[in-house]
Amino acid sequence: MIPRHLTLGVAVLLVIVLSMGIYLNRMRRTADEMQRLAADTRPVAAPAAGPTETVTLYVADDVIGSLRSQSAQIPLPGGRQQRAEELLRALLRIYQQPDSPHPLAATAEIRSIYLVDPGVAVIDLNAAFADQHRSSILGEQLTVNSLVETLAANVPGITRVRILVDGNTRETLAGHADLSEFFDVNAIGQAVTQGGQ
Amino acid sequence: MLPTTSKTQRTIAAVLAALVFLGASTTTDQKRLSIYSSVANYTLLVTDRQGREYVGLLEVLEPLGRITARIEGQHWKMRFNNTDADFVSGKTRAKVRGRDLDLSSAFLIENSRGLVPLSSLSTLLQRFLGNPVNFHESARRLFIGDIATQVTAQLDSSTPPRLVLNFTAPVNPTISTEPGKLKMVFGREALIPPANNPLAFESTTISQANFSESNGTAELTIAATAPLMASFSNNGRTITVAATRQASAPSAGTPPVAGELPASESPPAPPTAPAPASSETPPESAPVRRPLAIVDPAHGGTERGAALSEVLAEKNVTLGFGRLLRHELERQGFAVMLLREGDDSLTLDQRAGAANAARALIYIGLHATSEGNGVRVYTALLPREGPDRGPFHAWNAAQTHSLPLSQSIAVAIVSELQKREFSARGLAASLRPLNNLVVPAVAVELAPGPNGVSDLPSANYQQKAAAAIADAVALQRPSLEVHP
Repeated sequence: MIPRHLTLGVAVLLVIVLSMGIYLNRMRRTADEMQRLAADTRPVAAPAAGPTETVTLYVADDVIGSLRSQSAQIPLPGGRQQRAEELLRALLRIYQQPDSPHPLAATAEIRSIYLVDPGVAVIDLNAAFADQHRSSILGEQLTVNSLVETLAANVPGITRVRILVDGNTRETLAGHADLSEFFDVNAIGQAVTQGGQ
Repeated sequence: MLPTTSKTQRTIAAVLAALVFLGASTTTDQKRLSIYSSVANYTLLVTDRQGREYVGLLEVLEPLGRITARIEGQHWKMRFNNTDADFVSGKTRAKVRGRDLDLSSAFLIENSRGLVPLSSLSTLLQRFLGNPVNFHESARRLFIGDIATQVTAQLDSSTPPRLVLNFTAPVNPTISTEPGKLKMVFGREALIPPANNPLAFESTTISQANFSESNGTAELTIAATAPLMASFSNNGRTITVAATRQASAPSAGTPPVAGELPASESPPAPPTAPAPASSETPPESAPVRRPLAIVDPAHGGTERGAALSEVLAEKNVTLGFGRLLRHELERQGFAVMLLREGDDSLTLDQRAGAANAARALIYIGLHATSEGNGVRVYTALLPREGPDRGPFHAWNAAQTHSLPLSQSIAVAIVSELQKREFSARGLAASLRPLNNLVVPAVAVELAPGPNGVSDLPSANYQQKAAAAIADAVALQRPSLEVHP
């Protein structure tokens, strides 16, 4: 005769094992699905809609060690925030091309831009943008200057810019450029003009 | 309430005193090795293991050439310039240039550092460098090649008597006095003993000069029966030690001028309460006060900085560069505080705090990159500052008041570098801790030279840049000294 408490114990253990098995199977399926989605490059959202406009992008050039202005025609949505995001995504696409003058990782992304009045812009980068950025004072500063100058030149009223990574504050971009403070648009503009950055 | 507060204050005071004592005793107990070569003079810490003295081989060789090292199991394999070597942890036999070499005690690996016994250092360096090496082992002073600085002494029997010490290279010793003695301590100079040591003089006032050496320094002690005063001339190659007139001749007892050091027979005053100078009694002596420069080799410890090549980390290049810059600034008469002497982790706030607390004349941060070429000199690109509160400056914009002078120094450094055929630029960067520093501050980023990335660890390349930076800072010294 098997004692009653032993039977109950074995039954509980069996239920736990079965539940764990089901849970693991679901986890595996989720992981497979995420891998499949990551490999799928087909568009899932409509491209930015709006009239095509001519904008000025400030593109970093590693060879000359400074920014150069470049005109581009891109479709810009009406909203101020979406407009800012599309601008910087257009800039990022230049850096992700094979012959880029300032290469950035193919997986780098501008996650969002938040415009907070009066005059504050918060750029949220993804982790790959910072983690895979080349580490040097000039290289990192050119990236920061390029983002700030492009934003300030095309979205009126921005006076301060903050850069976050994956929604969090980060000490530096890749070991040098300080991301812990707000960037002063005027100060960066002066540095770009005077120092040729 | 009052007794409790008093007791608490006494406890805090006792703890602080103990900490100060412990700090002081740690500093004085540290064993040091000084290495003198035509490339650089530098000092390293010596550690005791198993009753023997050891030193890190990477740190010894780093300023002398290009070095890479890796660990494979128990083997510590390294390449210095074109010489390969293989050391085995716990073994005395090593292989250098394909030949066996026996160490006096076992090779050790600690935290990826390869430690070699000090007594085997001269044999090892001869094998690596191919140059003669002269090791004063008991004093831990090692001379590579024909690097010695010699001293000759001549007593001028004028009244009062003067002892003229001529050196074969510029020197900048720390000078202090004890009753009846004037001491010169040479930390960075490859000073060797004079031919007849001690030197005896036929004078009752200045009777003897005695050379001694210990713990990585050389010391020249001048015995006298009258107060002494030292002055430098001939670009630091000559030190004249003169006896001052006694107190009975007050008209001659003028206070020292800049660059001179007074000395007296009376016991020195405690460091916290130096005796004021007067026209009747020569003032009490203190070590010669040199302007302080902070050199900060960026990164360190777990923070490697940029990967300059597959094996070369930015933190290692900045450390070697920092040591050379320290030497060059010392040659220009600066006292130099190197913020990290080894592979240490320091936060940016710690670096800024150390520099601000030291009230240095200038801060120079050092970086390296494999991108571009030449040297870039940065000043702070200040963020939108927080509000100053009364006399307290915002931490993120502490540099504001020193920025114009920092920019002038950056311009001077760029100009000096360009004179020496470096491609150099001055720029502004959001680079901490520059904006947290109250003193004039620049950051220097060393980029490859004509030979590409292989220039970065090259002692010759670094030396050339360091000399240009030190010359520029020395030229700006008058502006720095009047800066509040």
